Amino acid sequence: MLFVDKHRPKTLDSLTYHHDLSSRLKALANGDFPHLLVYGPSGAGKKTRIIATLKELYGPGVEKIKIDSRIFTTTSNRKLEFNIVASIYHLEITPSDVGNYDRVVIQDLLKEVAQTQQVDLAAKQRFKVVVINEADHLTRDAQAALRRTMEKYSPNLRLILLANSTANIIAPIRSRTLLVRVAAPTTDEIVDVLKGVGKMERLEVKDGLCKRIAVESGRNLRRALLMFEAVYAQNEVVKDNTPLPPPDWEALISQIADEIMAEHSPARILQVRAKLYDLLTHCIPPTVILKTLTFKLIPKIDDTIKADVIKWSAFYEHRLHLGNKPIFHLEAFVAKFLRLLESYLMDMDYDF
Amino acid sequence: MASNFFDLKKRKEAAAASSSSKQKAGLSQAADRPVPWVEKYRPKTLSDVTAQDHTVSVLRRTLQSSNLPHMLFYGPPGTGKTSTILALAKELYGPELMKTRVLELNASDERGISIVREKVKNFAKIAVSTTTAANASKYPCPPYKIIILDEADSMTHDAQSALRRTMETYSKITRFCLICNYVTRIIDPLASRCSKFRFKPLDEGNTRLRLSSIAEAEGVKYQEGVVDTLIKVADGDLRKAITFLQSAAKLHGAVKERTGDDMEVDSGAKGGEITVRSIEEIAGVIPEKTIDDLMQSMEPRPHGQAVYTPVATIVQDIVADGWSAAQVLLQLYNRLVFSDMLTGNQKNQIVAIFSEIDKRLVDGADEHLVILDMSLRIAGVLGDTGS
Repeated sequence: MLFVDKHRPKTLDSLTYHHDLSSRLKALANGDFPHLLVYGPSGAGKKTRIIATLKELYGPGVEKIKIDSRIFTTTSNRKLEFNIVASIYHLEITPSDVGNYDRVVIQDLLKEVAQTQQVDLAAKQRFKVVVINEADHLTRDAQAALRRTMEKYSPNLRLILLANSTANIIAPIRSRTLLVRVAAPTTDEIVDVLKGVGKMERLEVKDGLCKRIAVESGRNLRRALLMFEAVYAQNEVVKDNTPLPPPDWEALISQIADEIMAEHSPARILQVRAKLYDLLTHCIPPTVILKTLTFKLIPKIDDTIKADVIKWSAFYEHRLHLGNKPIFHLEAFVAKFLRLLESYLMDMDYDF
Repeated sequence: MASNFFDLKKRKEAAAASSSSKQKAGLSQAADRPVPWVEKYRPKTLSDVTAQDHTVSVLRRTLQSSNLPHMLFYGPPGTGKTSTILALAKELYGPELMKTRVLELNASDERGISIVREKVKNFAKIAVSTTTAANASKYPCPPYKIIILDEADSMTHDAQSALRRTMETYSKITRFCLICNYVTRIIDPLASRCSKFRFKPLDEGNTRLRLSSIAEAEGVKYQEGVVDTLIKVADGDLRKAITFLQSAAKLHGAVKERTGDDMEVDSGAKGGEITVRSIEEIAGVIPEKTIDDLMQSMEPRPHGQAVYTPVATIVQDIVADGWSAAQVLLQLYNRLVFSDMLTGNQKNQIVAIFSEIDKRLVDGADEHLVILDMSLRIAGVLGDTGS
């Protein structure tokens, strides 16, 4: 088992940071529980907190999880297969799995859940909880379908929506839920967690190393733990200055960045394309590629053109979402970057 | 059937049953049922509806004449559109008759063209049910049914067109009430068949009145300024304000009960008292200090130094703290547009940036890049004073 899963806190009390938030969740779980919209960057501990809250609500029963496969039929008689993770008290769904048909799932499934009463008479709560993952990827239609359901069936049903940002959640949903922000842990908090895990695993913990991992992880606890485990798996003796192996894809992206900086020619774009394709075929999301590439390039260039590079990076990232062929936009960004850099260098020549 | 859910009595019974299984009452009031306050304080009669004086007075007159036109309610969320029509229906029919006379469909129901053709048409077609004498003496019970199409702007255009003739053919025995946020998404032929009622965002005075009366009824204690903050963050959306108030009350009310524990309570908060900060936290408002820092970092530097590094650091922190980009946009907008330091031309440019960024956010672009881009571009505009 990975450290990430093995040492995941199971109860609200054992969470190591955001104590304020934990006590609030606890208070909610023991009072009357509202619909929640939990948002925050990835690796901040949203899911962990929700599972702990569910446990607080229902007791250990929620940990017995089974996976159901359900079939839904759309209005056009298309069959959709959909996986549901469920315990007797709660359901967990990722409606974005079915793409545009998420509305059907939301309508059918939620109503079905909402219209049946809790079977277990010994249950601590009368309502069932439905956890909706990736709520920010729900289509407008699906979100609209949620609106009245949330009000009408509130005696039988509570929703917990999980999202990375609230930007894509429509206002009517936001005004019906309690917003819970889970901020990423600070580097110090990550260091503490790493030390704690190291102690439990009986590993020799180095302060300097933990600190470096924490900084390198970009305040993402999941990533920090994975890196931490990787370092210990790869090295027999771990020292403060043991190099941190970046993931393959990240190494490849820094290689691309180096190549772009080294030579500014159409031929180079062609070479880079092969690498970008390589990344895409390995299912690295194009947004991640573009973002990582941008932040790898930024330190290498002069301050004056940084703003422009960011501007175009954001521009092409936006295009990525509108178009459906990522490679065009990635390549366009590379070409634009080369042009920016070249014209900047040319200007320098004129000046002198 | 959807109409069952109007049966408030049944709903309350269910709610009461559920609360009896829980021994603990989360709030100061022991008899409190776990019903959201939004539902609990939903206006029961037309005269309870807050702030929509014009609409209510028109509807009241139609109530007396017992002749209702087709209606189209539109306005921003949380202004009382659904509440108004439900209250009206109840005043017309009384709770019993409402079950057979009112059909409510909303976006959670399948509303494709087939449903409009079958369910809506069938309901529109059936003869008006008779009423008992007892009921008739209490309520006007006019001889027509009401079909409420909530969130009508999420209906497809085809489904809307299918309604056109249905509305006219059965107008003798059926009245339609369409409810939507954006009147522009209702096709013209439908809109022209209805009398339109605009629901405006609630003004400050009415929101304040309503909030303080709810707070009083629930026995909530709050600090000075909490209501003002609520009004500010809710921006005319009463439902939002009430939800926030309830959430805050729950958090603090519950914390109060366990003061013996070693739990961390918001610093400066006395037990059971809602603080301004907690409202802001619930609403997802970014602390002024963070925005100050961001503004500071965007100020032009002396000697033409680039602003990139300080801006990037702060933006990274904002993103890692999980603040929503839309909220950053909104608060920055309020700061900059009302700032006296900027020239009109600069404001023009900045507003253009905001509009583009907002579009990108809605399209689902990456928040980190978008905020960074926005901050850098605004910084560029700010630094442009000289030329």
